[in-house]
Amino acid sequence: MSHLLSWIVFSPLVAGLGILFVPKSKMDWVKWIATGVTGFGFFLGLLVWAQFNPLDTGVQLLEDHAWIPQIGVHYTLGLDGINFPMVILTLLLSFLACIGSFGIQEREKEYYFLYLLLTTGMLGTFLALDLFLFYIFWEVVLVPMYFLIGIWGGPRKEYAAIKFFLYTLAGSLFMLLGILALYFFEAPHTFNMLELGTRTYPLFFQQVIFLAFFFGFAIKVPVWPFHTWLPDAHVEAPTPISVLLAGVLLKMGTYGFFRVSYPILPEAAQWFRPAMAVLAVIGIVYGGFVALAQQDFKKMVAYSSVSHMGFVLLGLAAFTRDGFNGAMLQMFNHGVITGGLFLLVGVLYDRAHTRDLNVFGGLGARMSVYSGILIFFSLASLGLPGLSGFVSEFLCLLGTFPVYRTLTILSLTGIILAATYLLLMIQRVLLGPVNPKWEKLADIDRRELFTLVPLMIPILVVGIYPKLILHYLTPSLSALLTKLGVLIP
Amino acid sequence: MVNLAYFIPLFPLASFVFLIFYGKRLGPKSAKVAIGASLAALVTSLPFVIGTLRGAVFQSQFEWLRLGGAPLRFGILIDPLSAMMLFVVTVVGTLIIIYSVGYMHEDPGFSRFFAYLSLFMFSMLTLVLADNLVLLYISWELVGLCSYFLIGFWFEKDSAAQASKKAFITTRIGDVGFFLGILLLYFTTGSVRLVDLNPEFLGTFAGQSQILTLAALLIFCGAIGKSAQFPLHVWLPDAMEGPTPVSALIHAATMVAAGVYLVARSFGMLVTFPDALPVVASIGTFTAFLAAFIALTQTDIKRVLAYSTISQLGFMIAALGLKGYSAGTFHLMTHAFFKALLFLGAGSVIHGTGTQDLREMGGLWKKMPHTTWTFVIASLAIAGVPPFSGFWSKDEILVAAFNAGNPIFYYTLTVTATMTAFYMFRLVFLTFFGKPRKELHVHESPAVMTTPLWLLALGSAVMGLPGSPWMHHAFQTFIEPHAHGVEHTANPLVMQISVACGGGGILLAGLIYLLFPALAPFFGRILKPLYLASSRKFWFDELYQATVIRAWYGLGGLLNRFDQSVIDGAVNGTGLNTLRLSDLKNWVDIHIVDGLVNGVGAVIRGFSSVLRRLQTGLVQNYMFVLFAGVLLILFFELNQ
Amino acid sequence: MLIPLQHILIFAAGLFAIGLYGALVRRNVIGILISIELILNAVNVNLIAFSRTTALNPVTGQVFAVIVITLAAVGATVGLAIVLALYRVRRTIYTDEVNLLKW
Repeated sequence: MSHLLSWIVFSPLVAGLGILFVPKSKMDWVKWIATGVTGFGFFLGLLVWAQFNPLDTGVQLLEDHAWIPQIGVHYTLGLDGINFPMVILTLLLSFLACIGSFGIQEREKEYYFLYLLLTTGMLGTFLALDLFLFYIFWEVVLVPMYFLIGIWGGPRKEYAAIKFFLYTLAGSLFMLLGILALYFFEAPHTFNMLELGTRTYPLFFQQVIFLAFFFGFAIKVPVWPFHTWLPDAHVEAPTPISVLLAGVLLKMGTYGFFRVSYPILPEAAQWFRPAMAVLAVIGIVYGGFVALAQQDFKKMVAYSSVSHMGFVLLGLAAFTRDGFNGAMLQMFNHGVITGGLFLLVGVLYDRAHTRDLNVFGGLGARMSVYSGILIFFSLASLGLPGLSGFVSEFLCLLGTFPVYRTLTILSLTGIILAATYLLLMIQRVLLGPVNPKWEKLADIDRRELFTLVPLMIPILVVGIYPKLILHYLTPSLSALLTKLGVLIP
Repeated sequence: MVNLAYFIPLFPLASFVFLIFYGKRLGPKSAKVAIGASLAALVTSLPFVIGTLRGAVFQSQFEWLRLGGAPLRFGILIDPLSAMMLFVVTVVGTLIIIYSVGYMHEDPGFSRFFAYLSLFMFSMLTLVLADNLVLLYISWELVGLCSYFLIGFWFEKDSAAQASKKAFITTRIGDVGFFLGILLLYFTTGSVRLVDLNPEFLGTFAGQSQILTLAALLIFCGAIGKSAQFPLHVWLPDAMEGPTPVSALIHAATMVAAGVYLVARSFGMLVTFPDALPVVASIGTFTAFLAAFIALTQTDIKRVLAYSTISQLGFMIAALGLKGYSAGTFHLMTHAFFKALLFLGAGSVIHGTGTQDLREMGGLWKKMPHTTWTFVIASLAIAGVPPFSGFWSKDEILVAAFNAGNPIFYYTLTVTATMTAFYMFRLVFLTFFGKPRKELHVHESPAVMTTPLWLLALGSAVMGLPGSPWMHHAFQTFIEPHAHGVEHTANPLVMQISVACGGGGILLAGLIYLLFPALAPFFGRILKPLYLASSRKFWFDELYQATVIRAWYGLGGLLNRFDQSVIDGAVNGTGLNTLRLSDLKNWVDIHIVDGLVNGVGAVIRGFSSVLRRLQTGLVQNYMFVLFAGVLLILFFELNQ
Repeated sequence: MLIPLQHILIFAAGLFAIGLYGALVRRNVIGILISIELILNAVNVNLIAFSRTTALNPVTGQVFAVIVITLAAVGATVGLAIVLALYRVRRTIYTDEVNLLKW
């Protein structure tokens, strides 16, 4: 199949438009169409996997067509070791979250249309190699997200949706300025990232542009102190949207560093990395402590994301092979693990209609399968060796240690914190005497299992044998490091 | 042949996976799966143990990761130390799992229990077999996890849930140090392999001795957490919330000993950078004394044993810190047997009486003969009465302390040994002898429980012999083929003092608790401050609760409020100010910009309000005007 | 005896004037309708008169008259229908009270 990447990006959009024409009497079709097309997307992802050559450090499956030739905008999609895991992650999560959406009862047609539009936006962001196209997809993600939170969200949905939208929009405006500055800096004007990456710019210009991009990406990650939109958006968003938000959207930020900031502005990246490392460590420790204080299950997971994404940033700031590999792997792992945790919160919320950690207790006896899975994901999240979270955090720390010794030691607090808040959560939800109010809660059902088990597999496999994924990342990351002027042993 | 060793941990792993999915359906039969797996591991490990006895060392590796270009290989190392651990873990583990069949009989979580035990066996065996620190760290965390699961096995009890969390987090604090130590070691020497932790290899990094000393101490932090050494010892007594076989297996015989194993593994490092040695020795000695002192007054049978375990682990750590490599490892092995036996005996008592409180027991020996006599054997062993196993190993520790130079270690440890004999026999006399203090429906445990007791009693009795002069210190030459400069000779003076101390402790306990029971409260009164300090465990829990834990959670709450008010406040403030600004703009818009437009509109409106009067809406008026117009036109037209 | 054209014209003009007056002044819609009939008939009279006296082909004026009569009938019908509808809705047929569209 040629144009595989275009198929991947646009098939959800096409299906989404198709959904709008489904007659009212056949409302059931809507979710099956959406599930079908996201499943098809995942299948295409597997095809890509089969065609992807991990040893090639260049861009593969390239599609390049002039789109707006007057200003040099191209339609460029391509795949390398940096976006490959992100694409697989997005395809997997959008498929599973789609199944997780079956609980949505109101305004299904709009929901699934927006959902598929969101999917297209996310995939496009990861695959675009033209800055203009990248920016468009980046913004395309915002709009459906705004409506998905604002319409199907919880009690404070309007507040959360507006906060999310405005915050990220503010960030991406800086990014737009950066893109335009890069475009106009030198003739021939181009938006092509690979082309821009081969040019050299004066340091001051780089610093300014790096800062502009930094705002755009840091808000998305979110880097401390730009993180406060995250808990609100997570708490109010419906479960499947939280999954995508935590699993995919946050990674768009760190992916931006890998794809745009670092290769195009290498000297500025060098210049800014101590600051990034400091912010990362603050995020790790701070996010952990705040997560510890949360009473709301979802909020706790949201703050744990702040902490865990801090490790990605730390690895990014390390400028070592292990650090980069760890950061990249942590992006993938965090997506899978936190996605799973949000699904689990959703399972509980669907039954109990509350997320207050204080009102639960003793569910372990009532919902044994659920507890097993919850414990599994929590352990993965707290970095238990043998599960994937450990490997990536280990690599991040290993990569950072020779560079920023003190900061690495400080960030180890985050590991203790993760154990504290996750075990506290397990204790409050699953252990202790059964609260009679939850005597009749049903255990997890088959559909929910179907959304969770596929996430457990990569956690286990990566945890036991990480080479399986690292093997795809390392060549591209090493090429990036060479470009950044770091010698690879 | 070597690759066969990979199967040793895989048997229990398979059992775990199988039981997690099919355990519920199997019901009582699930115990057989776990026992079978554990037996298979035992049988598979035997050739390796025998091989090492003949002087062989088994190694095998495969690549797991590439770190900065260099491969990180995982693999298996079976040398005398790991062979000894392998032997202890599989033998004691199997016996305890068999015992559990009786103890956990009719528990609703029966199959889950055996699944966890299998997972533990897998993790522990991996820990023992690991050939590098990273894999060791991984399995180290896994055994911690199993400990977490098993302490919280009866998770519907709040105290159990609390204890399990405490255990996991407390040990993790030590683990972070361990992790850091690995990092330091890796970046300084470039190797994390256990075989490289020897003076020859590490000696080449003499220039970085400060960093490597720090690394050794950090790795020791892991052992402090895992082996419940001061100041992280607080989790182990609480861990007694778990089922008693778990206490025996994990919190007495194997997992907590993993800390000692780790110190023994990094012994080469400690010897090469000897600045770390006094720290290790002091912590071990101090813990041994402190825990023994607390054990003197505890009234819960399992808590006495828990503190005793902490104390004995302190002995081992102290021995290693005093360069008594073979002494520490030897005590590790003997302790595994007699402490497991003590816990299982205690479990049998709890099973038979339904209480854990010493004050409610007494005179059980008639009704529970098997339990009583095995328990007494184990107590004799731990008290250091020859020829039972504990005597030989403890004696060797005391010799190491005696030779160490600083007499304070030797004196403290000797006093501690006396206290050990005292509190153990206090326990024995209060539980099994004297008069029954309360009506209890006592019954002896079934054969499935007493058989392991007798087998362990046999072990407790004879496991010390290989280290005795009678067998020419066979154990010492086995475990330490390249002795780090310590001669294995018996020291008659130390031996005599040790026997005297053990005997004295036992006699004193007999005097107070058997012959003159009124003496106990009397001593309690005259030594009130000491008594209080001991029975309240030196207020460590309260201290930690008031300082570290409170600060930890407090910081969480504080940062949360900071997040809500300051950071989010800033964001919302920006939003609000934007809104206010737009309000202002709105005002300008309405009154000035729009005012202009509206002004134009108002003028027009003024005119139109006059003009619109013309629009009467009555067609007849229009028609009239029309006609008038026609007439006018006609008039002018005709007048031209 | 042939009535002179002037007389007929004067009569028709009178008729027209009466009709015009009625159409302009009456408030009752039916009255207005009748007045319009009068105006139309005044025209008819003129048409007939001219066709007899001055037309080249005398039939032309008569044909026109017949058409006007038809149209008048149609107009009256539609007008009456409107009046009926109006009455149903507003309960009145006085034009000054039908002012919904006014301003």
